[in-house]
Amino acid sequence: MTSQPFHSLTAHALPLVRDNIDTDAIIPSREMKSVSKKGLADGLFAGWRYTEVGGREPDPAFVMNRPEYRDATILIGGTNFGCGSSREHAAWALAEYGFRAIVAPSFNPIFRGNCVRNGIVPVELPAEAVAALAEAAERLEVVTVDLATQIVSLADGRNWAFAIEREAKEMLFEGLDAIELTFKRADQIAAFRARDRAARPWVYL
Amino acid sequence: MTQPRTLYDKIWDAHVVEKRDDGTCLIYIDRHLVHEVTSPQAFEGLRAAGRKVRRPDLTLAVPDHNLPTTARLDAAGHRLPIADPESAQQLAALEANAPAFGIRYIDAVAPEQGIVHVVGPEQGFTLPGTTLVCGDSHTAAHGALGALAFGIGTSEVEHVLATQTLLLKQSKTMEVRVDGTLGFGVGPKDVILAIIGKIGAAGGTGYVIEYTGSVIRDMSIEGRLTVSNMAIEGGARSGLIAPDEKTFAYLNGRPMAPSGEAWEKALAWWKTLPTDAQAVYDRVVTLDATDISPSLTWGTSPEDVVPITGVVPDPESFADPSKQAAARKSLDYMGLTPGTRMQDVEVQNIFIGSCTNSRIEDLRQAAAIARGRHVAGNVRQALVVPGSGLVKRQAEAEGLDRIFIEAGFEWREPGCSMCLAMNPDKVPAGERCASTSNRNFVGRQGPGARTHLVSPAMAAAAAVTGRLTDVRDLLGEAA
Repeated sequence: MTSQPFHSLTAHALPLVRDNIDTDAIIPSREMKSVSKKGLADGLFAGWRYTEVGGREPDPAFVMNRPEYRDATILIGGTNFGCGSSREHAAWALAEYGFRAIVAPSFNPIFRGNCVRNGIVPVELPAEAVAALAEAAERLEVVTVDLATQIVSLADGRNWAFAIEREAKEMLFEGLDAIELTFKRADQIAAFRARDRAARPWVYL
Repeated sequence: MTQPRTLYDKIWDAHVVEKRDDGTCLIYIDRHLVHEVTSPQAFEGLRAAGRKVRRPDLTLAVPDHNLPTTARLDAAGHRLPIADPESAQQLAALEANAPAFGIRYIDAVAPEQGIVHVVGPEQGFTLPGTTLVCGDSHTAAHGALGALAFGIGTSEVEHVLATQTLLLKQSKTMEVRVDGTLGFGVGPKDVILAIIGKIGAAGGTGYVIEYTGSVIRDMSIEGRLTVSNMAIEGGARSGLIAPDEKTFAYLNGRPMAPSGEAWEKALAWWKTLPTDAQAVYDRVVTLDATDISPSLTWGTSPEDVVPITGVVPDPESFADPSKQAAARKSLDYMGLTPGTRMQDVEVQNIFIGSCTNSRIEDLRQAAAIARGRHVAGNVRQALVVPGSGLVKRQAEAEGLDRIFIEAGFEWREPGCSMCLAMNPDKVPAGERCASTSNRNFVGRQGPGARTHLVSPAMAAAAAVTGRLTDVRDLLGEAA
């Protein structure tokens, strides 16, 4: 599936700096019994966002419900963001709600891959940088995530470089379909399989 | 001489289709397990793009997450409908997609049905030295047999279905060595809880963990599956254990394992897989078996581990301010006060099951405690859920079902059950559960549910006393 290309984004950021935000918190299992990728945004952070289980009454105490963050499309999170279940529903819900970038000190690897496949830039920065960005987000200052230069910056000029694999960057930048990219290697895959089948025939059922 | 390599390096090297100059590799996938929750969108994607499943023969589908664990057939042998329409829809999608795409399918009432991570090893689908994936983070379990196994998202499920490959960055390697001899009443679950308690929930991020040492070597395959299963709770996408004679004996004769000449050929290669003596891991963590007690979790992250003889920690005792804040939140959610003895905490629910602890040995260990005792009056529900239909039959042949039923436990049909609150088995809000599953996250077993992760023996002990209990106190005494 292709996603919307990501080049540069300047937007409000939602500060949600808690460590170990798991994918059960991002979308509880009761909100993902669907056979579609659509319609999951309402289940995003459902356990924190609504006053009751299964309800849709926003809990004003949850930061995402504050009107000043309504247009936030960058999320500032804590260490080990997206840990736990591999459910891509978490990334689908975040993307559908409108998030295009998540800044955190570290990500769970499966979740990180799911973000890239859904047009969300996972930005890994040291905890001090994340704290500075969260403070700026609390003051409602905009944050810029530039994928081409791999730099996150604030209006006051402070900026931080981040690392991302070239393949992930290309996919996000171009909004490419990973399967289409791999199909270009069909010959290499066929050659590998022929070699491997001779070497390890017992693998093939 | 070639460079000494780790088990991980050897499996990785054998599966590289293409290496890019930025270090990412296109990796060939040997085995793909599919279940009903994370696959519908992948099949839909294939259909929309007019794509086929590249290697249906290397793919095996089985439903587990959503299936109710109550009876599946009526008295006349007809399938009973699933009450929850959304679960029924996901199951129907898998039942339709598997034949439509030519994939092997174990249906909901087949004797082999069970949790994907129990079924794979049991069928001999999981083999040493293979790459194995599934849209489920506990796929790490299969590493117990020396397979490089890891969880993937649904887009990656679709990618594997379409191409039988994945684009991956090579991980760093972490050796977790557990030497010594485990103490009385200490088992594989205690070992993995102790490991996660030591390295932390993010400690393994970016690494593949290889478990080594005498404790792992001495452990049964079932025990190794428990340990490898929870690698992801320590942040590592995969866990690995070197295949040995126990592995080979476990696999020999399984329905999907190679046989005859193919077996001999496979065996010869499998024996070359263990890490070379001179190979270097990127990080080494060691644990002494004598330091591991029967353990459990007190909080809402799998790293929140204490020995059963311990107390609820004081959030102020953590050095890191963010950890202090997390601990305060956890204790508030868990309804616990610092300083309370873990053994004084009452439980209302017991869950023995999940891909971590639902194999025959797990049930034997729990039954040994339950035998001749009875579930305490304050326990509202005590479930025993075998990991597969074959485990269930084996347990019944050994009379374990009768031990559990006479003790007041419910004996259920195989599935993920109370691990993840996707089927009717849930822990009610505010109630506490001694659970053999793998995650104690907020709401994991149901909104407001309070989870303590324990071993099967400790869960059975908690069931019969009605509170979190040191299993050693029950193992010694005659019932």
